[in-house]
Parts: sequence; structure tokens; C-alpha cells
Amino acid sequence: MSASRIAPDAKVMLKHGAGGRAMRELIQQVFVGDAKAPADGGIGLAAMDDGAALRVGDEWLVMTTDSYVVKPPFFPGGDIGRLAVSGTVNDLSMMGATEIAALTCAVIIEEGFPRADLERIKASISAACAEAGTAIVTGDTKVMGRGEIDGIVLNTAGVAFTRRVVPDCGLALGDQIIVTGTIGDHGLAVMALRHSLELEGELCSDVAPLNGLIRRALEAGGEGVVAMKDPTRGGLASTLHEMAGKSRVGIVLKASRIPVSPSVQATGELLGIDPMHAANEGKAVLGVRPDAAASVLAALRSHPLGRQAEIVGSCVAQRPGFVILDTGFGLRLLVEPEGELLPRIC
Amino acid sequence: MSDIGGNRLQFRDPGRAAAMAEMLERLVREIGRDPVSVMHVCGSHEQAIARFGLRAIFPRQLEVIMGPGCPVCVTDMPEVDEAVALAEDGVRIATYGDMLRVPGTARSLADAQAAGARIDVVYSVTQAAQLAANLDEELVFFASGFETTAVATAALLLSGPPANFSILSAHKYIPPVMEIVAEMPQTRVEGFLAAGHAATITGCAIFERFVERHGIPVVVAGFEPLDILAGLAKLLELIRDRRAEVANMYPRCVRREGNLRAQEVLWKVFRPVGGRWRGIAHVPNGNLRLRDEWSHFDARRRFKIDVSRLWEFAPPSLAQSCICGNIMAGIASPSACTLFGKECVPDNPVGACMVSSEGTCRIWHQYGGQLDLRQS
Repeated sequence: MSASRIAPDAKVMLKHGAGGRAMRELIQQVFVGDAKAPADGGIGLAAMDDGAALRVGDEWLVMTTDSYVVKPPFFPGGDIGRLAVSGTVNDLSMMGATEIAALTCAVIIEEGFPRADLERIKASISAACAEAGTAIVTGDTKVMGRGEIDGIVLNTAGVAFTRRVVPDCGLALGDQIIVTGTIGDHGLAVMALRHSLELEGELCSDVAPLNGLIRRALEAGGEGVVAMKDPTRGGLASTLHEMAGKSRVGIVLKASRIPVSPSVQATGELLGIDPMHAANEGKAVLGVRPDAAASVLAALRSHPLGRQAEIVGSCVAQRPGFVILDTGFGLRLLVEPEGELLPRIC
Repeated sequence: MSDIGGNRLQFRDPGRAAAMAEMLERLVREIGRDPVSVMHVCGSHEQAIARFGLRAIFPRQLEVIMGPGCPVCVTDMPEVDEAVALAEDGVRIATYGDMLRVPGTARSLADAQAAGARIDVVYSVTQAAQLAANLDEELVFFASGFETTAVATAALLLSGPPANFSILSAHKYIPPVMEIVAEMPQTRVEGFLAAGHAATITGCAIFERFVERHGIPVVVAGFEPLDILAGLAKLLELIRDRRAEVANMYPRCVRREGNLRAQEVLWKVFRPVGGRWRGIAHVPNGNLRLRDEWSHFDARRRFKIDVSRLWEFAPPSLAQSCICGNIMAGIASPSACTLFGKECVPDNPVGACMVSSEGTCRIWHQYGGQLDLRQS
């Protein structure tokens, strides 16, 4: 790749983990390199999708892995355990694989970490697995010295089977973009806590396993559901950019249609953080053929996690790879977050 | 949101905005010139214009220029150098996050920090004073901002800060720089949109002499989309009628005489002195410095600041192509800069306008620039 452009003393920075362009470039340059797509037409590393898909008989085996390092480990609406299960279940679901065969869980713990907290996290893992209809079938535990790791790190991997894989690059002109509920809840809840803002209101993470919700959408929409992605780090803005870029279409978003809770809206204004740049852990973005949009929307809204689903935009031929925001007042480009989201100074 | 009688009353009303955009179209047609150029002098105005996509509904002939409205951006290199020199001498510095990456002659505060200098990012002058109260060493607050922020600094000094606390003032005062821009030979500015929050302090009467002297109308406007559109409509109306007047389109916050208590606090602590604004010019009375009575809190008097040793470095070659000065003077826009979005990005800024969240280049970068999306 373009390794020759990179300075010999270059360092990995926090922005390289923030889910935006910097992170994609790092992964592309260091890890993906010249990785080839699987020969059987499956999805591999080069696709940089939510997971991989390998052919097994007449089905697809979908697999994914993810590490979790949220600070603080307990936050309103969830904790690192619920996050670790939901994140992996959701990555599998976004590939169209909603029947989760099994998960693995590896834990790295800092010396001195409270045992009671660990048990609380374990209980939360079990509860989230029960919600998703799956179980942890193997795992690993390591303890590191004080200061060698920050509290606790979890890694989960998951496998699932499906007859039809939904990629994140399947958008075509006219396709409708659906989000399954309010955006920015997780990111702003954690940020408000981390910066001890002590804000009034009901800021609460949306962390949840989505396979039940997505199953319902796929049953209703069938082949009409052509692209899915969960807007985690980097938020809705990064996710839509990635989908638009890979599908080579433009996306026009109607700001007035995007569900945002009043407390997220208010906190975002206060901190100078656009909820569209903030992480979600219990939401999905679906690209749907125009004739399937109404039935998919109705199916999503019939599920407790999809009550506030909305059609927020559509795919256009202009400006492929870009997201155009119709603010209601005028139009502008929606850009991706550059790196770490920081509250503004004044 | 509730729907009362099918007629929803809301603050951010796209329907009213569309009607005002039509009014702007009509007004520029009546003026009959192309372009009609007006200038605002406030980063918050540019933020709102970009964030709501208002440029897409401005008439094609209406050119809304962002002037020197970002206090971080106009902080001059020698001012940054003073802070860097102090920091490199081992003095602990507190400042706003935006100030960290503003380039000095040789280095920024962020560079000094990476090399081991101790710099604390604070959200307010009060927080800096609290920090000092818990230290048994000197703490210098590198203060930036226009008269709005300077009032907060002044109020803190009046409240009696800890003895180990001092101020390195880079505060700026907006009214004089409007004179400079109005007198620039290349200027095309036919009217000014003045910043509502600054006028809350100074009052709108402060612009009356300016209007008389330069024959250019000034409209004070707020920061919601409708505030800005209404302010522009009023400004175009005054331009059309050739009426050089001050109009207050932000009466819910701004009075003619301003906030007298705040003015009293401001001028008790600060005095206006001339000084360079980065990229603009020497601005008579454009800098706010501590009065002699407060010299014991003035870092410039408390420490011997030697900046000359920083000047043996040649400025980085990229900086030579930076046109921040012309952008802040309203003569050029970021898209005319060869560095914009390429070598100069928020992560790695070359010029000051890309550093601050109120800088024109940063705002254009964040919101996708001034791209004409109407035809797309």
C-alpha cells in the first residue's frame, strides 16, 4: 500500500481508534494490505465489513470478533458485559445472521479489580446472552499487573449461520435508508459520565442485542433488505459514509426525520457534539429497496427495540460517497468525525 | 413536539426561513448589484450558517464574508511565543484547549507540551484560578477571547484570585477592527452583521460612530437561523435604501447602552492598546491589556519573558503558502487556499483558522465547505 508515505517515527494515536477516517486508514494500511477476498464468493478482511462470511455447504458461516474497553465499565443503561455481548451479536446480525450459534469471551483484568464488579459484569453477560438466545461456550482469563491495563478488557467472538448474507455495500439509487431508533444515546451518556458533567435528564445508553429486531426486518423485507450496518463508534455519520462509499451512491438525509431524544439533543448542543457523530450500541441502519420500505418499517416498529424506527433518507446519483444533510433550512455535507470527540471549550 | 391548533409555533421554523430566503432574493434584485457583499465578524455566526446549510438558500448574488471573528485565530505569533517561552522556562500554564495548537513563530504550546512543558487545559478562568489555589507554584492563565470572555477574566481578578495566579492577556476588542476592515482598499464590504453576544456587553450604540464615519450600515444579530436571516434581510434593506444606520435585530438580548455593569468591570481591569492581529494589521486599541493597578497579576510584569530566543528558527515552509490573513480579512475564502483540506486539516493545522472551532477554515472543513449543492 502507501507505506512509503508514512514517516518512520509515526505513532498510533487515539484518533486511530475513534471509528472515523483515521481508523479506517490505519486498518487499511496495516492489516488489510493486499488481503484477498475468499475464493467462494464470501466476505473476508478486504471487505472491511462487520464480520466475515465463509461458505459451509449451502449456508454461510458468519464470524466476527470485537474487544471492549469502555471507561467507566458501568454506565447508565448498561455495562461492559452487556456491551461485549451486544456488540458481537449485532455485528453478526448486520451480516444477516440473526441465529447466533455461540459466543466466546476472553477477559483481561487489572490486579486489584473488585471481585464484586467482575461478578456484576458476568451476570450482565449472562442476561444479555439470554436476551439474544445464545451462550458463551468457551473463554479465557488473564490478570495483569497494576497499571499494565486499565481495569478490565473484554473480547468476544461469535459465529452464526445464515442462508443469505447482507453486506454493507448493497445500496442502489432510490433505496431508502432506515434507522431503527434514536441516535447518539450511548455516546452522549458515556461522555457525560466521563466528563462528570452531572447533567440532569435521562441520558441512558441504548446498548442491546439486536438479532431479534433484525430477524423481524429480514422476515418482512426478504431480498429487499440490501445493506445493514450498526452505527457504533463514529456514529450515524461514519456509518452512512462507509455505506455510501462502498456502494458508490450519494445519500440525502432529512435532519427532521432523524430520531434524537430531547436529552441527547440538549446535551449535544451543550457539549458541541453532533449526535450524528456519537456512538450507538443498540441501533441499526438498513438500506431497503423502495417497494420493501413500508413493510420493513412496520416490522421494525412492531418490536420493542424498533418503536421509533424512521425512514431518514434515500440514495441518489449525485456526489457518490458523500452524505448530504437537508437541515430543513438548507443543504450541507455531513462530514465524518476526524478523531476523538471532545467537548468544545466555549 | 405538540401541535397546537395545527399551527405549530417553533423557534427553528424552516417555513419561516424559506419565506425569509425569498425576501433576501427580492432585496438583492432590488439592489441590482452583483455581488452584494456583507461581512459578519463572529465565529458563532459562521458556525450557525454552516451547520444549518444556510449558504445553500442565500441568493447567488449575496456574498456573506466571515471577517476576523475568531479570537484564537487572530492571536498573533508573538503572543503565542510569550506563552511558549514561559512554558519552556518551566512556568505552569493554563489555557483554553483551542489555544494549544495555534502556531507560534517556532512552536505551539502543544509542541512545548510534547517536549515536557506543563500545560493545563481549562474551560474557564475560574477553573484556572481554582487550580492555582491548590498549587504551591506559579500558574499563568493565557487568556484569549473578545470582550465577552474578557469580562469573565476581569470579574475574576476583581474577586481576588490566589497570589500565585497571573494573567497573560491575549484578549481582543472587536469594534476597532471593524474600522480597519472598512478602510482596507480592497474591501467590498457594504454592510456589517455584528455579533449579538458581544453587543450584549458593549451595547449597539457603540457602532453609531462607526456608521457615521464610514457610511456603512451595521445590524446586530443573534445566532439562530432565523436571527441570521432576519439580520441579513434588515442589512440588505438598509443597503438598498442607502441608509447608514445601526439596527438591533437581537432586542431580546441587546440594549442600546449594553450591560453597564459588565462594561464597568471590563474597563476597571483592562485598557485598550494597539497591537497586531494575526494576518490582519496593526489594530489601534484592538488588544486588551491589564491596567497598571493590576500589574501584580500581569504575567508580563511578573516574569521576564524572553521570546527572542524562539526567533532564530525559520518559519516552516508550508506556513508561507497559508492565506489565513486574507481569509480573516474577507479577501479570500478557504477554497482559494492551496493547503486547505490537504496539508492543512484540523488534526494537523498549518494556519490558525484551522485550529479553532470558530476558525473559518475549521468550520468549512467540518461542514463540507461552501459547496453549491443546489444543482445536485
